[in-house]
Amino acid sequence: MAKRVGIEVSLAISEAVKLAKVDAVAAYPITPQTHIVEHLSELVAEGELDAAFIPVESEHSAMSVCAGTSAAGARTYTATSSQGLALMNEILFIIPALRLPIVMTIANRALSGPISIWNDHSDIMSVRDTGWIAMFAENGQEAFDLTLQSFKIAEDHRVLLPISVNIDGFTLSHVIEPHEFLDQDEVDKFLPEYKPAVQLNPDDPVSMGTVGVPEIYAEAKKCQDEVLKGSITVIKEVFAEFAEMFGREYKVVETYRSEGAETLLMTMGSVSETAMEAIDKLQEGGRKVGLIRLRLWRPFPADELRAEMAGVKTLAVLDRAVSFGGAGGPVAGEVRSALYSIKDAPYVASFIAGLGGRDITVDDFVMMVDQAEAMAEANEIHEYKMIGVRE
Amino acid sequence: MENLNVYAAKMTPQQEFLAGGHRACQGCAELLAVRLVAKTLGHDYIIANATGCLEIVTSSFPHSAWKVPWIHVAFENAAAVASGVEAAVKVLQRKGKYPVDRKVTILAQAGDGGTVDIGLQALSGALERGHDMIYICYDNEAYMNTGIQRSSSTPYGATTTTSPSGKADPLGQHTMKKNVVEIAAAHNIPYVATASPSFPFDLMAKVKKASETPGPAYIHCFVPCPTGWRMAPNLAVSIGRIAAESKVFPLYEIVNGEYRMTVTHKNHRPVSDYLKPQGRFRHLNDDNIAEIQQQVDKSYERLLKKVKMSSIELD
Repeated sequence: MAKRVGIEVSLAISEAVKLAKVDAVAAYPITPQTHIVEHLSELVAEGELDAAFIPVESEHSAMSVCAGTSAAGARTYTATSSQGLALMNEILFIIPALRLPIVMTIANRALSGPISIWNDHSDIMSVRDTGWIAMFAENGQEAFDLTLQSFKIAEDHRVLLPISVNIDGFTLSHVIEPHEFLDQDEVDKFLPEYKPAVQLNPDDPVSMGTVGVPEIYAEAKKCQDEVLKGSITVIKEVFAEFAEMFGREYKVVETYRSEGAETLLMTMGSVSETAMEAIDKLQEGGRKVGLIRLRLWRPFPADELRAEMAGVKTLAVLDRAVSFGGAGGPVAGEVRSALYSIKDAPYVASFIAGLGGRDITVDDFVMMVDQAEAMAEANEIHEYKMIGVRE
Repeated sequence: MENLNVYAAKMTPQQEFLAGGHRACQGCAELLAVRLVAKTLGHDYIIANATGCLEIVTSSFPHSAWKVPWIHVAFENAAAVASGVEAAVKVLQRKGKYPVDRKVTILAQAGDGGTVDIGLQALSGALERGHDMIYICYDNEAYMNTGIQRSSSTPYGATTTTSPSGKADPLGQHTMKKNVVEIAAAHNIPYVATASPSFPFDLMAKVKKASETPGPAYIHCFVPCPTGWRMAPNLAVSIGRIAAESKVFPLYEIVNGEYRMTVTHKNHRPVSDYLKPQGRFRHLNDDNIAEIQQQVDKSYERLLKKVKMSSIELD
């Protein structure tokens, strides 16, 4: 039976990776991802996890080693943050093209410079277009569950794509929370052994990563996008199966007290819990306000987002990264283009906050809602507003 | 056996694992070397290939020249990819989840740019971690795939498209060829060797030895490039022989730290015999050539000292 454990979120993720019986882990230490891989190496050393732990000399090699282990047919996991993710960048593009179902935790951290070890979403946003499925966890339980679900989604032969599970660095990775753990036999029933579609095997040789001449490159890229977009069906199936087996429900777009709301706050990741408090406070004051939270960032759940827009007049989108020189934060930009073509589309206000570990308070969210409503009322043309900047 | 070389050709496996019809230039010694390596390793091996000439001439989709499992990920990471494959095959075999129950050799292969420059870190990491794999650097002494730019493996005095001989600076490449053989050996790995397809049986013997040695093995294979070296394609094999005979590229191995010459010559040819047929050295004057002769003599002497200090005797 499932048991309730008070444990640091990083360690809970490692336990999920252990329960997934991964065959290979290749990782390079970077704050704040370290506790995850430290615990995994410990589990391997103690004989609790029968896997190859490959302590590489860089994140570039971490992802390259993962390419090798996954191509050879091993269930493969890694974790990184920030600069590490940036160093992997070149290989991140190649992994989905090779259809390698690697699962990676990203303990989200600001990108340098100035160097910052603290949390924001600039790392994941910088790899938005690499072709990975990207999900965001709000709390430790979600991080644990999404990790297990990710292996099943990634390895489904209709998908065969890598997945990043994003957890906010420190604010989620380093906090101790209660988690409902699953037993090994429960996990085994949910997550069967990985059966690769193709693997590097002398008895059945294949060539992987061949040259894409102009006659086939566009077709290869179109296929890749179709598969990524189509993965949402499998993601929903796996969420449903998980809910049926373990009772915890997941949606690609989550809402909180959004019924009848005319203004929605939009968040991703762990700040959503603070945003919920703001919503409670605003509703107490009689405001028609709700929360919408993107769990799935790639593929972008545009249909599911549009389905939540009935009666919504204003959308206040929080970004935790800057798209330099562009129109608003990366999430707001995506949301604006998803909603542009619908009739009576809500006014989208773009807010950037929480950069490099700056706190976002309940009052900040209340202010965003107030400002968004005023801007909508005035139909103010704007790109984005950055919250809490000293001038 | 005496006169082994007389019989060796007949003992060479007939089976080919690198198909013909690939797109390499005429007289490419790299593909000649690769074909010999493939013959030696036979059926049960997996290749992780770096980006470069070898990758593009053998894998233009939907064609592939490879009859063995082959993966290409990027330029600088062949060693890392290979180490992943090695680790995975090992753990999956242990868990009874890999369908092949024989020893599977893992081979990383890259050119000099992918090894001595951009791939050096990944190579060092893989050697240090001790993966049971072979890494072969096919050294044609410049970035040939992108159009003959200098690498740190380009020899002193050679012209390339980024180390040209000009009026203000006539020399060409100013730096000495990086000695990655020594760098590999400094990782205390069990087997390191230099090789050349101009000495096919020596090359094959070394590949075989590398595959039978547990742990990492590094082979630095000298592969003349007629296109990049600006010489006639029919000279590729002979220039490789002259490279060894003139001490420019001596053939030796380092087994558990012990040095041993594998091909020796009673009389060494002058380096001018090696330099003259190649267009990339055409601009050199007598002083330059004398300087190169000195450099070559000095590094050969240094190598001989290491051989003498080693306990393995010449056989």
